[in-house]
Amino acid sequence: MTGLRYVYAVCRPYGKPLQAQLTGVGGDPPRLLAHRGLVAVVSHVDEADFAEDPLRAHLEDLDWLTAVARAHQGVIDALTTVTSPLPLRLGTVFRDDSGVRTMMEAREESFLRTLDRLDGRVEWGVKVYVEAEPEPAASAAPEPKPVSGRDYLRQRRMRTKSQDDLWQRAESFATRLHETLSGAAEDSRLHAPQNPALSGASGRNVLNAAYLVPRVKSEEFVEKVDRTKDGTPGIRVQLTGPWAAYSFAGEEIAEEEGS
Amino acid sequence: MTVVERREIALVDLLDRLLAGGVVIKGDITLRIADVDLVRIDLNALISSVNARVPSPFEDSR
Repeated sequence: MTGLRYVYAVCRPYGKPLQAQLTGVGGDPPRLLAHRGLVAVVSHVDEADFAEDPLRAHLEDLDWLTAVARAHQGVIDALTTVTSPLPLRLGTVFRDDSGVRTMMEAREESFLRTLDRLDGRVEWGVKVYVEAEPEPAASAAPEPKPVSGRDYLRQRRMRTKSQDDLWQRAESFATRLHETLSGAAEDSRLHAPQNPALSGASGRNVLNAAYLVPRVKSEEFVEKVDRTKDGTPGIRVQLTGPWAAYSFAGEEIAEEEGS
Repeated sequence: MTVVERREIALVDLLDRLLAGGVVIKGDITLRIADVDLVRIDLNALISSVNARVPSPFEDSR
């Protein structure tokens, strides 16, 4: 088989084996490629799928992208149980092992620095949604049917006003939450709000943040998020994680963007 | 009541991280997801209603 090398992550050497049944991208079990003080986790993938042109074409196929993303995540997830991996972006592919080694050697210093920074840390994702239509308050009497055009306009105005109030509350809720959680985390990143067409989630996504948290402080962090459940009506908080520190992997890049 | 939800990993959450996060290394196979709006454009084609006002999560980082 004319294999290319798909690289998931770079880690420091770790003692425990990965789960035996683990399959990676293209069904190939992840293998370890050690070079000096680092280990790259790679799969052998078919050139017919992962050379530049086929890869480009495949990315137009959401099903294909989904399968690769899930497989990639499966391997990173397994790694996260035994070490704190430095994940690479989806679709990082090399011709052969020696290409991977050359890359590891060229970036050794930066990898080691980032691995130190991420050691023992995980990423938690927190999203805030605001419902498009506020739920009618349970205590309020059912809205009377408008009997005239003026009644109708008045009811409409009230609905618009309560929607505006909700946006405002959601915005300050999200800002406060982000401040609180940033204070409890070592670092944070804001992702672009998710599009409901892609996420299928109801309501509008007003905060899509990632927080870097030491593993040992995760419980505390999650409790902090859980306590927001007594927040504001019409606002929903969603927690994801723990993730490998995907959003915090690009040290130099993040600094450039932050300027 | 605000509800804190936990559920299976959604594809969008995954793509936020796999396509916008992770170390960007130019491999031997030059895909350069980081440099192009490639994936976003293609997803646009698939999902016609992507909102143009939402900034691209796949911004050029160089």
